[in-house]
Amino acid sequence: MPEGPTHSTVPTPGTAVPGRVVAGSEPWQPGAAAPEIASSAGGYVFFKPAEAAFVEAAVARLIPADELGGGAIEADVPLFIDRQLNGDFGNATRWYMQGPWGEPTKTQGYQTRLTPAQFYRAAIQAIDAVSTRMHGQAFAALNGDRQDDFLRVLESGAIALDGVDGQAFFGLLLQNTIEGFFCDPVHGGNKDMIGWKLIGFPGARYEQRFFLKAFNQPFPLPPVGIAGRREWSR
Amino acid sequence: MVPLSATRLPSIDVVLVGFGWTGAIMGQELTDEGLSVLALERGPWRSTPERFPPTFAQDELRFYYRHELFQRPAHETLTIRNKPSETALPMRVLGSFLPGTGVGGAGVHWNGQTWRFLPSDFKARSHNAERYGAAAIPPAMTIQDYPLTYDELEPHYDRFEYLCGIAGKAGNLNGTIQPGGNPFEGPRSREYPTPPMPQGYAPTLFAQGAERLGYKPFPQPSGNMSQAYTNPLGVQLGPCTFCGFCEKFGCGNYSKASPQTTILPVLLRKPNFELRTESEVLTINVDRSAKRATGVTYVDAEGREFEQPAELVVLCAYALHNVRLLLLSGIGAPYDPVSGTGVVGKNYAYQVFSTVDVFFDDKILNPFIGAGAHGMVVDEFNGDNFDHSGLGFIGGGYISVLQTGARPIQTHPTPEGTPNWGSAWKRAVAQNYLRSTFIPTHGAVMSYRSNYLDLDPTYRDVYGRPLLRMTFDFGENEHRMSDFLTDRAAEIATAMGATRITRNYRKGSWDVVPYQTTHNTGGAIIGDNPQDSMLNKYSQSWDVPNLFVMGASAFPQNAGYNPTGTVAALAYYAADAIRTQYLNSPGPLVPA
Repeated sequence: MPEGPTHSTVPTPGTAVPGRVVAGSEPWQPGAAAPEIASSAGGYVFFKPAEAAFVEAAVARLIPADELGGGAIEADVPLFIDRQLNGDFGNATRWYMQGPWGEPTKTQGYQTRLTPAQFYRAAIQAIDAVSTRMHGQAFAALNGDRQDDFLRVLESGAIALDGVDGQAFFGLLLQNTIEGFFCDPVHGGNKDMIGWKLIGFPGARYEQRFFLKAFNQPFPLPPVGIAGRREWSR
Repeated sequence: MVPLSATRLPSIDVVLVGFGWTGAIMGQELTDEGLSVLALERGPWRSTPERFPPTFAQDELRFYYRHELFQRPAHETLTIRNKPSETALPMRVLGSFLPGTGVGGAGVHWNGQTWRFLPSDFKARSHNAERYGAAAIPPAMTIQDYPLTYDELEPHYDRFEYLCGIAGKAGNLNGTIQPGGNPFEGPRSREYPTPPMPQGYAPTLFAQGAERLGYKPFPQPSGNMSQAYTNPLGVQLGPCTFCGFCEKFGCGNYSKASPQTTILPVLLRKPNFELRTESEVLTINVDRSAKRATGVTYVDAEGREFEQPAELVVLCAYALHNVRLLLLSGIGAPYDPVSGTGVVGKNYAYQVFSTVDVFFDDKILNPFIGAGAHGMVVDEFNGDNFDHSGLGFIGGGYISVLQTGARPIQTHPTPEGTPNWGSAWKRAVAQNYLRSTFIPTHGAVMSYRSNYLDLDPTYRDVYGRPLLRMTFDFGENEHRMSDFLTDRAAEIATAMGATRITRNYRKGSWDVVPYQTTHNTGGAIIGDNPQDSMLNKYSQSWDVPNLFVMGASAFPQNAGYNPTGTVAALAYYAADAIRTQYLNSPGPLVPA
């Protein structure tokens, strides 16, 4: 995630420059804007093969391909999560990660010492260990019904995973899956705007006043992302 | 005390700590008076072309879910708990509220919902005691009257609304009720500067439903522009295009009132104004008498400390930061919830929020055509606009449909009973996204003896300073009131012709995880005397008369409205007092 320019400054005369000084006019520098850098193409950079197998299998159950069209796999959600875990989100760059680590009440929120990247790693290993113990196979090798049953138990909190909170992991996985299905395609998910087309969201449109008063009518334009539409670059 | 390592800088007239809405207002007002003014902002410079231009501002993941414009907990957060007997733990990830950082503060990523409080909100204790009897206010409820009236604040509300070009319809012009506006509002001296926002389908259906029940719906007063506007400073805003990326986002279109779009182009050109960004104030310094602020000490991005002397210190940071800085600087007596004495950290309050989901089978609402303050509202159940006899609570809130953009990571509603994932979920999302809306209820939170702010004994920020500790829960009053509002909202939903509805009552204790509102109030409240309040009616410290504290930290309790209008009005009121009274005779403006 780009943090944008860290300075737009006019140096203050004198020996010490106390902070970054803005005076006289609004600063502007060419190239200072920080557009989102498009998610890189290619294979996984964070997930190891067994982790990728779990994530691909799990997100295909969370948002399946069905008679309505493609699901999380077709939207490239596993690739989206891979890139997220490899960056600032996965590393909890913005999060407060100092101890001590107390036992939270139900209302005190996220209190594990694992970053999202570490959390995925530990949880997938623990899930596959339980799956192997119960069924003799890793999660990804189970049939769809068994995978659904496993995910439901994980969601309910009724399964004990070694060293990680399975219910919290399920919540994170589902949230990231929904993010990858509905985000702007610049982030590597929502491929071909499959999520937006499913629901009728037109994306990053600049001007929508013309349709404000068109009550009860379907919006007439196709979705567009902040990097445009695929058709534009053909 | 000033650290020995700090470099002492030349003295200036005024130092502003924080540069959001109140910093920009104070800067503009006090430079007009000829004073030399320096603003210190902990975050970076932020402008429309550099940080949120239309080429990439509309990115839900980046700006909302990855929090680009908000405070970074890694840098500073606070600890939270519901009651004093619990151990507070840090808010490690933002959730319930989203404080800003950087130039413009949260004024960059607010929605633009701009309200005035009701005249009776300024007399929360005396008004309710008089109408319902003293027993209507439980002993643990520590609400107080404001030390000023709505009428005293009216010209200052007006100034802010004209600065911003707020789009709306007056409901009460100089005491005469106006059709189409909010009939419950206090008298306004003139009409809004711009006409109301045009309304989309869902707000229109809401208004029709509300009218069927005999209510008087009116357009949400909006800081998103209904038309081009040139404000009294000569700064221009453009009409809103209803792109639907407003709350949590910077506006790429110069259509949302913010410090950047209303004040900064003028203020930054003044020779007697300077802004230093990435300059974080560590302490307010006082002299040996502890009755005079000598300036502030701040640290820059390179970790160098500077002492900045000033004749006048104005805290303009977010409510929570203002309170923390006072506590870290040892100014004012910290509040003690056991004895009920002390003032700093007292009467922390918030907002109580519930929703009713509204689903139609036969109506396409296009909820993505939105703006942050686009919608219709009823105010029949706010404040004391209705008879509370026998209801078991005081206060209230507004009920509305605000069509703010329905960005799909956040907004993909499904009817009750739908699974959270799988094909059934997917089908329900596809079926309902275009055909649903929701009715939020936006309720007041009273102040209580055990809801307060102090310094955490364990957790520290990047500079090694104690974090602020928040002890907060909703009271029985808030639950009863919110449930009452939720039921009224459900009645309107039914009157809208909804196919099905879901009532999402506010249940249980305050939870830090789900986003609620960034309406944190209290902790450095204004009042009639130094025993009950940190500040006098001019937001001036009782103890240190050359220190003024802006922000919603001044609210003795929170009303049922969004705070920004009242925050800005109090800033103009304080600026006016500094200009017309304090500078002639520096010292306490109200005798203690």
